[in-house]
Amino acid sequence: MWRLWRKIRKTGRVAEPAPARPAGPLTSVAARLGGSVQIRHVDAGSCNGCEVEIGSAFGPVHDAERYGARLVASPRHADALLVTGAVTRNMVEPLRRTYDAVPGPKLVVAVGDCARDCGVFKGAYGVVGSVGDVLPVEVSVPGCPPTPEAITAALRGITGR
Amino acid sequence: MSPAGLSFVAALVGLGLAAVAGFALPGAARPAVVGALSAVSGCAALVAGVGALAGQAWSVSLPGVLPLSGLVFAIDPLGGMFVAVTGGVVAAAAVYGVGYTGHGLSGRLPQSVFPVFAAAMLLVPAAATVGALLVCWELMAVASLLLVVTEHRERPEVASAGRWYAVMTHLGFAAILAGLMLFAAAAPGDSFAALRAAAPGMTPGSRTVVFVLVLAGFASKAGIVPLHAWLPRAHPEAPSHVSALMSAAMVNLGIYGIIRVGFDLLGGGARGWWIAVLAVGAVSALYGILQAAVATDLKRLLAHSTTENMGLVLVGVGAAGIFATSGERVLAGLALVAALLHTVNHAAFKTLLFLAAGSVLRATGSRDLDALGGLRARMPATTLLFGVGALAASALPPGTAFVSEWLLLQALVHGLPASGAVTAIAMPLSVAVVALTAGLAVVTFVKAFGTGFLARPRSEAAARAAESPRGMVAGMVLAAGACGVLALAPTVVVSALGRATAIGRLAADPISGNAVTVRLGGVAGALSPLMLAVALLAGVIVVLGALRLLASRRARREARLWDCGAGPPTPRMEYTATSFAEPVQRVFDNVLRPEQDVEVTHADESRYLVAAIEYRRAVPDRVERRLYVPVLTALRAWGRAARGLADGSVHRYLGYGFGAVTVLLIVLAVTR
Amino acid sequence: MNVVTPVAQVLVVAGGSPLLVGVMRQVRARLEGRAGPGVGQPWRDLRKLLRKEPITPRGTSEVFRLAPLVLAATTLVAAAASPFLATTSALDPIADLFAVVAVLTLGAVVLALAGLDTGTAFGGMGASREMTITALVEPTLLMATFALSVRVGSTNLGAITTATLHDPGRVLSPVSLLAVVALAVAVIAETGRLPVDNPSTHLELTMVHEAMILEYAGPDLALVEWASAMRLTVFLGLLATLFAPFGIAVTASPSALALAAAAFALKVTVLGVALAVAEVFLAKLRLFRVPELLAGSFLLGLLAVAASFFLA
Ligand code: SF4
Repeated sequence: MWRLWRKIRKTGRVAEPAPARPAGPLTSVAARLGGSVQIRHVDAGSCNGCEVEIGSAFGPVHDAERYGARLVASPRHADALLVTGAVTRNMVEPLRRTYDAVPGPKLVVAVGDCARDCGVFKGAYGVVGSVGDVLPVEVSVPGCPPTPEAITAALRGITGR
Repeated sequence: MSPAGLSFVAALVGLGLAAVAGFALPGAARPAVVGALSAVSGCAALVAGVGALAGQAWSVSLPGVLPLSGLVFAIDPLGGMFVAVTGGVVAAAAVYGVGYTGHGLSGRLPQSVFPVFAAAMLLVPAAATVGALLVCWELMAVASLLLVVTEHRERPEVASAGRWYAVMTHLGFAAILAGLMLFAAAAPGDSFAALRAAAPGMTPGSRTVVFVLVLAGFASKAGIVPLHAWLPRAHPEAPSHVSALMSAAMVNLGIYGIIRVGFDLLGGGARGWWIAVLAVGAVSALYGILQAAVATDLKRLLAHSTTENMGLVLVGVGAAGIFATSGERVLAGLALVAALLHTVNHAAFKTLLFLAAGSVLRATGSRDLDALGGLRARMPATTLLFGVGALAASALPPGTAFVSEWLLLQALVHGLPASGAVTAIAMPLSVAVVALTAGLAVVTFVKAFGTGFLARPRSEAAARAAESPRGMVAGMVLAAGACGVLALAPTVVVSALGRATAIGRLAADPISGNAVTVRLGGVAGALSPLMLAVALLAGVIVVLGALRLLASRRARREARLWDCGAGPPTPRMEYTATSFAEPVQRVFDNVLRPEQDVEVTHADESRYLVAAIEYRRAVPDRVERRLYVPVLTALRAWGRAARGLADGSVHRYLGYGFGAVTVLLIVLAVTR
Repeated sequence: MNVVTPVAQVLVVAGGSPLLVGVMRQVRARLEGRAGPGVGQPWRDLRKLLRKEPITPRGTSEVFRLAPLVLAATTLVAAAASPFLATTSALDPIADLFAVVAVLTLGAVVLALAGLDTGTAFGGMGASREMTITALVEPTLLMATFALSVRVGSTNLGAITTATLHDPGRVLSPVSLLAVVALAVAVIAETGRLPVDNPSTHLELTMVHEAMILEYAGPDLALVEWASAMRLTVFLGLLATLFAPFGIAVTASPSALALAAAAFALKVTVLGVALAVAEVFLAKLRLFRVPELLAGSFLLGLLAVAASFFLA
């Protein structure tokens, strides 16, 4: 316990100083959320590269939580779906159901090139299409994988903080 | 004759008529007439009991009926309380019984025995001689036994339950008989007045023998551990309204006997008696609720909970005795009122719960909680009423048992310094037991209500259930009304119960209060159940108002259950009663010693492929295993040995006779 | 009839409890090297949830719909009845320690029933675990209550606080110290904090409280979250009031009440921060180790009662 305390003292704050807020007005849905966005992450068929980056966006260094975003355990608690990967055949229906389970107002964030336009998996036999082909996507984050900074910036675009 | 006496006699006459009607009338009209007559008689008995509690004494002497002393019946406030409780239970059960007629229940035997059983239960607390008490006690036992075995043709378990009940109730009867005969032998007659006068002249040793014998007999009727083995068998197997009578009214008479003999006739006695009573009460409370918490048979669960509640009552009685023997009259009165109030409360909610369980049984044909569920949609009235009963049973406000357990805790808390080291050790442990019991009761009834009535049906039968007919619902509503009154306005009852405790060395009226607040006399303590209920209601209204003000006005949307996006969750994925209670069972593994057994069958091709897994689990009654099985085994061995002696040879029998006569002659010669 | 006190208490607890949760999250974030979302975040979350669409999962009943209301009502009643700001109140007849504990337990029960009502595996699992813990916490809570009430001769909260106010030295007696530890463990278990339950877990298998409320959305969820924040405040407030009732108003004058409110907020915040700091150092216990923890605290409670008798 003492060692942990010393470590806490020595490490201090690791969160990087917040960059300037991305410019641009909030969408109508995001404006109604008022600075609090609960997020349910859905892996629709990703290679898990995007997951690693999401994990690091919510880690101490980038600390997406400080802008009012938070990962939650149930889509019922969520305002936004964070979808990664090209939508595979097996995940089409679960993805739709997850979206249906979220109470409105709600929005979908497509993270990564796969989610945006199927990326390297375009035309693969198991892939149905991009997230946009299945759900109305509000925000998409390009990159393969996108950097945590990009993900954080996209989330700030929804929370408005 | 006082009004109380009049209505008591009217109740008995009514029940007599009902018994005749049940025997003589044709089948179709039978249930309605018997039910109506019994219900009216029950109400009359309730009035009589309340009258007796209000101070109207009544007695009648029938000198010619029994040889020696004849029969004397009298109701004093203590007896009146039990008469009133029995009357109330009979009324609710009788109304219910009008509609509850499946499975041969409208037959001649059950319909004519039901009123007899009720009458016997009314007469027991009114008996004022040993002879009268014993006769009525036996009548009650036989009548209830006949009712328990009503459905023996349909289910083999009924016959086994009947055998257990018959043997144990008669062993209990023998103990009471022996105890009271010993007592009466020391007195000039067998009337209670004579016994009361003779008690101070007896030696402490013989008084203790009397008390222990009587305690064993009465405690077995109340289902107290370790004499409880018959209760979880017989109560569930009886038809449900009879279960209600047994579990809500008959068990109380065991408590009545202990109070009557211990406090009244023997006049208090030694502290050791009451420590023993407290101890068996505490053990019963814990053991009963633990068994109930892991039970999956709805009626068995309720029967185990009866053991628990009677245990709590005995904790109160034992504490009252301990306080009384150390001269703390106020505390003793408080503890006894708590015990009596809990008896009344238990009668109300257990009636309700057993009747509701009967409705479920009738609608689904099942008592197995693991196969029920989802009844709220098909049986809304029964669900609501069972919910009321479950709330009342789980010692939560605004429930019924909450008030009496609060009183009990008050008595125990204030009793800590009462009589030195004994109470300093006993009271904290008792508080702990009461608290743990209350906690486990919450688990038990959340399980019973949550898995039995909420969620989705786990079987075809549960999915096709239908609401009970109006008569049955009416019976349950009566019991629920009693629960409501007892929960919200306990002061009405409590002040009357104060009078019932004015026996022996106890103080009368330990509790005062206006219509709203219960205030303890002599010690600091007050509680207002009504105010609590109103506050909760006000809280709900405030929250609702705040929600109206702040929340969006968007319409509610129906959505499918969150199933992680996969197919819809099937009922097989639900938590069952067994799985709900599993953590509790694991925590109390050392006490319960469940037997589980997992059998894995591998596929033929490879032992890495599993074809089937079978899981079996049973929670045996450990007391039974340890105590009854050895005795039964010994008895059986003894019987087998005796059979070896009787091999059918006439010469041998002649030899036995000759040997016996010789031995007798030698004994006589030596002792002369 | 002094109705000002209960109303003021409800307002303070209702308004302050999300802030308390905010402070606790912020402390935790700072210790983890994060920046943290700010103290006001729980209020922002609640505001947003209230604006969202309510959802009724198919196959659930009124029990599911009414549970958040009743849960919130029970915490409000507990907040109104306990002597947080003043020792006298119109609700004195229900300010009994047993009654307050029972009312709070009622809230837990209602939520467990709602979890079972959904008929999902997680709802049942959460309900089962929550009820098991509740059953085991009950003896500890009552035993600590008992220890505190012995020296006063009453289980009335107002009476206990008044007695402590008049004789502050009692707080340092062995009875008090044993009882405070026992009560603290019980409070941690009842409010679902580490090491009994992890309030911020996303892993269904380790959930207790969260598992029961997985189906709630929108305003219903807002009520549940708000009520659990209030529950935390009420329990910490009870702990603070029973062992350190200093600053509490003896009269119902507005200035005294305002002062008492400030003192109350300070005490509860200190306790909350201490809890949050402690949580950083703790890992969640396995569910079946929790009974051992509770048995230990029960034993402390029993010792406290024994001490109150033998040292008196
Ligand atoms: S975008 Fe790149 S990292 Fe993300 S899932 Fe697709 S391939 Fe993997």
